[in-house]
Amino acid sequence: MLGQGILKGLAETARNFFGSYINKDRLTTVQFPEERLPQIEATRDFPFLVYDGTDWDQGMRCVSCQICEKECPPKCIYIVKSADKKPDATGKPQFYPARFDIDISVCMSCQICVEVCPFDAIKMDVDFELSTTDRFGGLLLNKQQLAKSNEYYNKIHPTEAAAVDAALADERAKADAKLRQAAEAKAAAAAAPPTPPAEKTVVQ
Amino acid sequence: MNLEAIKSEIEANVPGCRLEIIPNTSPSAQHSLLVDSAHAFTVASFLRDGASVRLDYCSNVTGIDWPLKEISTKTKVKKLVDGVEKDVDEIVKTQTGGYLEAVYHLYSMEQRQGPVILRMRTEDRTDRVHLPSLTPLWRSADFQEREAFDLFGIIFDGHPDLRRLLMWEGFVDHPMRRDYVDPDDYEYEPTAHDEVLKRAKEHQAAEGGL
Amino acid sequence: MSVLTESTIALSSGPVTDPGASQLLEVSMGPQHPSTHGVFRMDVSLDGEQVVKLKPVFGYLHRNHEKIAENESYLGCMPYTDRLDYICSITNNWAYALAVETLAGIKVPERAEYLRVITGELTRLQNHASLVGFLMQDMGASGTPLMYAFREREKILDLFEALTGARMMCNYMRFGGCRVDAPAGWLQQAQKVIDAFPKFLDEFESLLRTNEILMARTQGVGRVSKELAINAGLTGPMARASGVNYDLRKVDSYGIYDRFSFRVPLGEFGDVYDRYMIRLLEMRESLEILKQAMREIPAGPIMDPGTKIRGFRPKAGEAYGRIEAPKGELGFYLISDGTGNPYRFRVRPPSLINLTVLEDMCLGRNVADIVIILGSVDIVLGEVDR
Repeated sequence: MLGQGILKGLAETARNFFGSYINKDRLTTVQFPEERLPQIEATRDFPFLVYDGTDWDQGMRCVSCQICEKECPPKCIYIVKSADKKPDATGKPQFYPARFDIDISVCMSCQICVEVCPFDAIKMDVDFELSTTDRFGGLLLNKQQLAKSNEYYNKIHPTEAAAVDAALADERAKADAKLRQAAEAKAAAAAAPPTPPAEKTVVQ
Repeated sequence: MNLEAIKSEIEANVPGCRLEIIPNTSPSAQHSLLVDSAHAFTVASFLRDGASVRLDYCSNVTGIDWPLKEISTKTKVKKLVDGVEKDVDEIVKTQTGGYLEAVYHLYSMEQRQGPVILRMRTEDRTDRVHLPSLTPLWRSADFQEREAFDLFGIIFDGHPDLRRLLMWEGFVDHPMRRDYVDPDDYEYEPTAHDEVLKRAKEHQAAEGGL
Repeated sequence: MSVLTESTIALSSGPVTDPGASQLLEVSMGPQHPSTHGVFRMDVSLDGEQVVKLKPVFGYLHRNHEKIAENESYLGCMPYTDRLDYICSITNNWAYALAVETLAGIKVPERAEYLRVITGELTRLQNHASLVGFLMQDMGASGTPLMYAFREREKILDLFEALTGARMMCNYMRFGGCRVDAPAGWLQQAQKVIDAFPKFLDEFESLLRTNEILMARTQGVGRVSKELAINAGLTGPMARASGVNYDLRKVDSYGIYDRFSFRVPLGEFGDVYDRYMIRLLEMRESLEILKQAMREIPAGPIMDPGTKIRGFRPKAGEAYGRIEAPKGELGFYLISDGTGNPYRFRVRPPSLINLTVLEDMCLGRNVADIVIILGSVDIVLGEVDR
């Protein structure tokens, strides 16, 4: 019968319409600004810089090795390396970025900077409401705007951050053990009876 | 499927053609067949219709730019210096490149074989850049040869509709050439990279200031 | 020289200048036209309502992807491939990864191969689902089928986001494996989506397959013969709708596709209706592959330990790697000169080459048919123009 196919299709639309009141799979959208879907953990949009502790400038993990700047495919990262060293969160003197800019109007959220960073210093953010009235300066984020605390990182990517924290703690414990060992060796050398000068230089 | 066998089959059937196997040393081992442009059309039509491997499907057509490059290699040569035989370093300078290349990846849908890679080379990169078009044999080369003409400047003789494909009419240069200089008339970009900023500003100054 | 085509057009360029032909109406469809799926233009000459000439005009989205890639590292090219066919970024990644792996002789671990198949077939599902939705939209079924298709696509995009971090620009694969392993619970979540998908397909088919208007609009429209399809290099669902039995998953059986049993649906008439049906049938076959892959996926590493991702320098040489992307044969032709950047980086875009026969399909048809013929080709302008 002509028109049978159309009637069949209309029955299908009716099923979807009424079904949307009872079945969640048939109505997957939400009323956006008022209602929000839960955050998916792996979500990424733009990079940010992680700092430990409370002072963003002091605790920044970035040591300005400039690998991300070189590897960034659209070249949206700009780093100026510091001339001097200053102590990081653990008190070890390190180079730091005198300037660290990311142009998020150029950034394409590929997270290659995160992948190549050997210091876990740069991670992907989830904040997408970034509209500004100034399309030039407003989208060029500087070091302070990029710096976010490790607690924030733990909040947005809990699983990933926990793994990073564990790895870093492990590394630090190893470094501490090494330092302690060196100190002990030094102390032992100092406690040892006086030795000829040539041997002393070896110990140091 | 053996490229040597295909080569000798072509040589037996297309008299006078000059073929050369270009070896590929990478793990992919996809060797290719260099055809002289005078006989390329005959060779290609033989490969499509006559050869035991019927290459009825032309998958990929592209151009490659090989600018003139001088390679100097050091070799140790025994020479008589003041009557004594000595090892002397001799620098041999060889020139490679200086041509544009068109590459065709051919497959046989019938026999599920492939790829057979055909290459053709132009004589130079400036005015003798003509190659025979294979579009009359494989329609799939139509847009791809137009693209190679557009971006590399290879002129395909016998192409039914050789116009620019991606760039606009009236554009002069060929952007995929290695020595192409990109224009500096882009909009001001706020990136922190000084080089881009500098060029944008220079251009705007030349145009009459910001 | 014999030409194996059915083309009846004189392939000549330029606008119609013959004063005797002043009856013809020239229409520029696009570049800003809702039916052209992007910034694509067709210069159409019309005799009344009938098409007598059609010239596609490209380049509005041209950004010279290949030139950009020549100045990038091998790793840096990967996120750019996402932006070719932005509906199916994962298969683009796969094709590029496969080309690099062929070039450098890299082996991929088992689990990564399975993850590639799973994400790749999910990509095919969501591409075909949205394509049939768009095709109905082009036909005038405003909204409803497209929204149903997008609703299902959304569930797959959520899976992609949970796995790769992004819905569309996934940047998921690396030469030598995949970037991240599936997080806890992801496979179960994917299984749920895969189990629910056949129900959507059933509904979608009963919604439209026997619809009289759809059949009247699509059957016999835009026919391509088998010979022309082969000669014009059509690939993917376009070629298979014309009866060309050529599926790279069977022919090359790249990756681990030889382990799965699935059928290749073939069309008979090569018209728009066949192309529509081929996509529906291919989705069912993809579900078959997915079921097998989900059952068999082993545990293990996801990256080849010997492959250096950063500072990757393959030996000089060249390689052509191709896969069966949802739109057809997607190939990458790479030439390495031994440095960290590819010397030549060529994309063989299926969308562009499938458009070769656009004029042949449209000649003699009405203007309204152009829209659905173009819709049935399934193009994405990011890939056509690159």
